[in-house]
Amino acid sequence: MQLSRDQLLQAYRRMVTIRAFEERLHDEIAKGEIAGFTHLYAGQEAAAVGICEHLADDDFIVSTHRGHGHCLAKGVDVKGMMQEIYGRATGTCKGKGGSMHIADVDKGMLGANGIVGAGAPQAVGAALSCKMDKQGKVAIAFSGDGACNQGTTFEAMNMAVVTQAPCIFVFENNHYSEHTGPDYATATATDIAGRAAAFGMKAWRANGCDFFETYDTMRELLDYVRAGHGPAAIELDTERFYGHFEGDPQRYRGEGELDRIRAERDCLTAFRRKVTEAKLLDDADLDAVEAETRALIDEAVDEARAAPLPTPAMVLEDVYISY
Amino acid sequence: MAQMMMREAILETIRDEMRRDPKVMMLGEDLVGGMGTAGGPEAIGGIWSTSTGLWEEFGSDRVIDTPISESAIIGSAAGAALAGKRPIAELMFADFVGVCMDQIWNQIAKFRYMFGGKSKCPVTIRLVYGAGFNAAPQHSQAVYSMLTSMPGLKVVLPSTPADAKGLLTQAIRDDDPVLFFEHKALYGIKGEVPEGDYTIPFGHARQVRSGEHVTLVTCGMMVSVCERAADQLAQEGISCDVLDMRTTSPLDEEAILDSVELTGRVVLVDESPPRCSVASDVAAMIANKAFAALKAPPQLVTAPHSPVPFARELESAYLPSPPKVIDAVRTVLAYR
Repeated sequence: MQLSRDQLLQAYRRMVTIRAFEERLHDEIAKGEIAGFTHLYAGQEAAAVGICEHLADDDFIVSTHRGHGHCLAKGVDVKGMMQEIYGRATGTCKGKGGSMHIADVDKGMLGANGIVGAGAPQAVGAALSCKMDKQGKVAIAFSGDGACNQGTTFEAMNMAVVTQAPCIFVFENNHYSEHTGPDYATATATDIAGRAAAFGMKAWRANGCDFFETYDTMRELLDYVRAGHGPAAIELDTERFYGHFEGDPQRYRGEGELDRIRAERDCLTAFRRKVTEAKLLDDADLDAVEAETRALIDEAVDEARAAPLPTPAMVLEDVYISY
Repeated sequence: MAQMMMREAILETIRDEMRRDPKVMMLGEDLVGGMGTAGGPEAIGGIWSTSTGLWEEFGSDRVIDTPISESAIIGSAAGAALAGKRPIAELMFADFVGVCMDQIWNQIAKFRYMFGGKSKCPVTIRLVYGAGFNAAPQHSQAVYSMLTSMPGLKVVLPSTPADAKGLLTQAIRDDDPVLFFEHKALYGIKGEVPEGDYTIPFGHARQVRSGEHVTLVTCGMMVSVCERAADQLAQEGISCDVLDMRTTSPLDEEAILDSVELTGRVVLVDESPPRCSVASDVAAMIANKAFAALKAPPQLVTAPHSPVPFARELESAYLPSPPKVIDAVRTVLAYR
């Protein structure tokens, strides 16, 4: 499908926002500015954006342990997220959730998760809600090659088929579940989509480092699911540019592996090449998006640093609505 | 007022709430029963008869008969609630809570807090609990103490058909997640149930018997054990103030403390094992907040620190009973 100039610019802006956000966090965490565990999404931008560019605020996504990219792709506020990761009272979650728990229900983003594999059943529930409403809305369960080994994921796939829930299972295979490779940890290492097929779902595969391939394939899935065929799945082959968590020495990586994947599988490079060769956008357009995005991230960090810290009294807020 | 069994009160409450609010939905194993069999849908109608006829009236989008997948049931309820629905999820046996604990404890209980107060998760989880049916260690437990300790959850235990209606209506309408514990042995008991719209706010204990010599604090199935003990003691001129907590989270501390201030003697009766139990928790609260009023150390009548055994003789020995409560009352009264 041919995207308009505005659509192309928006997709690129979203991908660059994720990349710039994560690269900046990588630097700031190394300086000791940010507390806790942070799992960066850089490298996988085309997956989140290729999926979410098809969705509206009232479609739902349930994210993973590596959730910043899904949040940004679904339109969660950049500055609110930065303030959250900085542990500020003004953050998206008032400093209660941090990197692993960013959510914005108004944007249809039902949460990243500290528990690998916990999200898929929740996406089925959101999809059942969509099915009740009969408005053609869908729910997306993002899972990695780690979460694909959790029983919750199997239960969710089975239940989605049994209930014919309009749920799309997106498996992002970045080749590492934490610090372990799929050849060891995933019995069907090169084939996660086949698991979904085994549960009776139609399953697609795409290059998750190619925005256009991901986007076009997702269009097919959406048409299929919205036509009332029940759930569907897609496996995206993608790459993780950083460690499992920030501070991970990544001794499991092969010699020259990071240089190779950055050189050969960078989704931003691929996007730029494709749109400039096809003369859909020129380098100046893309450079302008990058400059604006970097400026936005600078602003987000400055504002996060200046934002108010939470107070001890806030510990007890929002445990219940009323108690 | 209508006479009905607790299971009928529960079924009627769910039906009324589903008629009133199109956002209310149900998920659980064999809620319909017979799906995919020669007998066909409604061949069972819910194994506890608490969902009979609901599928026929409300259809499969709202009454979802699930596979045996507790994590998917509770996880789906969580997702549907975040998406704006009011799911009622059933755990056929409360013991299965272990299978889906992550979805309850790490997910549902924490969403609102983790998300900075910008979400609500109005899930009601119905858990069928309790011993007395020789159902052995994995189908008999009173697991409410463990869940009472978890911030973000409300824990409710009706002891009469009327309370079942009032508390379940409140649970379904409540914007926080509620764990609603239904004792197997109470399903068949009969009582007067108010007609029409009827809710009971959480955190308000019910005074079951009024008395001045000793306070009995209890909940769920143990309420009737305490009533029988109190009736027997009354014949000897010993009067018990029997309080049914009704909700262990939130806890009506005020009602308990007021009673202890009056009697100075207290027995806590709890079907769960003693360590980190509702009984030990309330005893600590009383010692902490009403120490000066106490004339005797609080006594605990609980299940022992063991799994629930199978054989009749063993299960009878395991469960708190009126004689055990009476012994404990005599102990606190004899203390000088």
